[in-house]
Amino acid sequence: MAKEKFISEESGCIPLNIENVDTDQIIPARFLKATTRDGFGENLFRDWRYDRKNEPVKEFVLNRPEVKGKILVTGKNFGSGSSREHAAWAIYDYGFRVVVSSFFADIFKNNALNNGLLPVQVSQDFLEKLFVLLEDDKTTRVKVDLEEQTISVPSTGMNQHFGISSYKKECMLNGYDDIDYLLNIKDEVLDFEKRRSLW
Amino acid sequence: MKSKTLFDRIWDSHVVSTIENGPEILYIDRHLIHEVTSPQAFHGLKSRKTGVLRPERTVATPDHNVPTADQHLPISDELSRYQVAKLEKNCKEHNITMYGLNHPFHGIVHVIGPELGLTQPGMTIVCGDSHTSTHGAFGSVAFGIGTSEVEMVLATQCVMQPKPKTMRITVDGEIGAGVTAKDIILYIISQLTTSGGTGYFVEYAGSAIRNLSMEARMTICNMSIEMGARGGLIAPDEITFEYIMGREYAPKGEDFKNAVEKWKKLRTDDDAEFDKEYTFKAENIEPMITFGTNPGMGMSIDSEVPALEMIEPENRDSFLKSQKYMGIEPGTSLLGKKIDYVFVGSCTNGRIEDLRMFTAFVKGKVKSADVTVWIVPGSKQVENQAREEGLIDILTESGFQFRQPGCSACLAMNDDKVPEGKYSVSTSNRNFEGRQGPGARTMLVSPVTAAAAAITGKISDPRDFLAK
Repeated sequence: MAKEKFISEESGCIPLNIENVDTDQIIPARFLKATTRDGFGENLFRDWRYDRKNEPVKEFVLNRPEVKGKILVTGKNFGSGSSREHAAWAIYDYGFRVVVSSFFADIFKNNALNNGLLPVQVSQDFLEKLFVLLEDDKTTRVKVDLEEQTISVPSTGMNQHFGISSYKKECMLNGYDDIDYLLNIKDEVLDFEKRRSLW
Repeated sequence: MKSKTLFDRIWDSHVVSTIENGPEILYIDRHLIHEVTSPQAFHGLKSRKTGVLRPERTVATPDHNVPTADQHLPISDELSRYQVAKLEKNCKEHNITMYGLNHPFHGIVHVIGPELGLTQPGMTIVCGDSHTSTHGAFGSVAFGIGTSEVEMVLATQCVMQPKPKTMRITVDGEIGAGVTAKDIILYIISQLTTSGGTGYFVEYAGSAIRNLSMEARMTICNMSIEMGARGGLIAPDEITFEYIMGREYAPKGEDFKNAVEKWKKLRTDDDAEFDKEYTFKAENIEPMITFGTNPGMGMSIDSEVPALEMIEPENRDSFLKSQKYMGIEPGTSLLGKKIDYVFVGSCTNGRIEDLRMFTAFVKGKVKSADVTVWIVPGSKQVENQAREEGLIDILTESGFQFRQPGCSACLAMNDDKVPEGKYSVSTSNRNFEGRQGPGARTMLVSPVTAAAAAITGKISDPRDFLAK
């Protein structure tokens, strides 16, 4: 099944300068009862976004009208904890297309890539400078170019190369899907079942 | 032939093919599913007009969402009931075996896999749940996957994964009285931090690990993910083979003997090299407790929460945020702190041995009146065994209630929620903000330390009781 392509993105950023953001913060377990993939954005960062009376927490960055963008910039070790793909769905559903951090948890990274959400891993130094820029000017725009594998701040010229496997890059650029790939080589899987030898 | 680690040996023998500069296509021997992370995968199959390639390799059970009382009644929460019904419908439609509520094999997916003998050495095992690492205790390569990957496995019996690097964590020596496997793993995570294992697959080795029972080994492997590792495994040995023998899905008779001969080959070559190695002394491990909002923020129960000055300047904001959430003053001791809830259970500590430890400690003592205690068996089999062994009687006598199996307050998807601001001493695996309910404050401990808290109503060092 074809997915949305990702080629490049230039937009404002939402800075979330917190480390070790775990998937329970991204989407709390009590919102995992849905049986479809839609609508999780509504509860993204639920317990930081709303207080116990369900009133929006004014200071929380997603509730500040002057901060807009499709790029989420977060502290190191983003997405640790549970394997819930709902975390990637919630971020995507909210409208983000890129997450920038200096370090991602493994399962989250896979889940993001499987859903057209690009995880961009930058150096700690680059991340800290980016947070400072976003602190000074909420409207700072960032450009992420997947073809070139670069992230840059056009207004200052700050830029960095980021890594991604060439397979995943192809998938993102073309909207290819892993399951289609696997279904097309089903004969190889069946052959493996016949020829497999134990360790 | 190049020498190999145990992980390499199992992984490499399951590679169907490798995509250049991309992931490897890994064949999966056993797939476990539950109600929360599978419905969208089945929906995906339908959209693709494809089916399940090997239904006999998948086993299902509803665990995350189920109530832990009155399981004979329909689930009262509408969404939970629908999600569980959906799992049943999907399994029926695709000929997948499911052990539903009240079935004698029902339970937490990572408790029933091993106890049914579904988990065997040398296998690749996946489940849409990060604590799938539990199964590594049997010398299998087991890890959690996302829902897209659940769909991949259903459709093709494969996942696409970049091969992780290897790490060995050796724990030598003997653990002291009052120290359990839970303390060993909380200690390791406190040393490596919550991201220290990211990108790695861990092999646990050393005499302190070898001496552990299967239940204890599962507790260790279970929490591998809490240091970021994809999974953790332990080479199988006689303790492993004895545990598997006679279980529902285990090979029987001659087949079992042959299987054991093969399983014995599952070990790391003496000269194999790991990408990273850590060594710890068991004697340095004391009963552990967490004081923050990730499992890496742990310490010996009798030490003090770090003072702010001890934290690296760049980490101070996160540290203070977490201590504010927990209502814990940096630089103080937790001993004697009043607590409100105790949770005993989960895929980390919900097995029979955990209940035995808890019960042995509280026997002849009385539950603190100020504390709500939830004792939740990991499975129906654990529940029944606890009854047969008389554990439930002892617990009842001490004022405790025994509940029915499920994930329960580990992630509070059902009604077992800790209220805002309350302190929960928990044998589960995560102390994230809101994990046990919005605003709940979780402190992770072993079943023994949980027992001490349940009796005293306070954070207490279990060793103080053992000495008496």
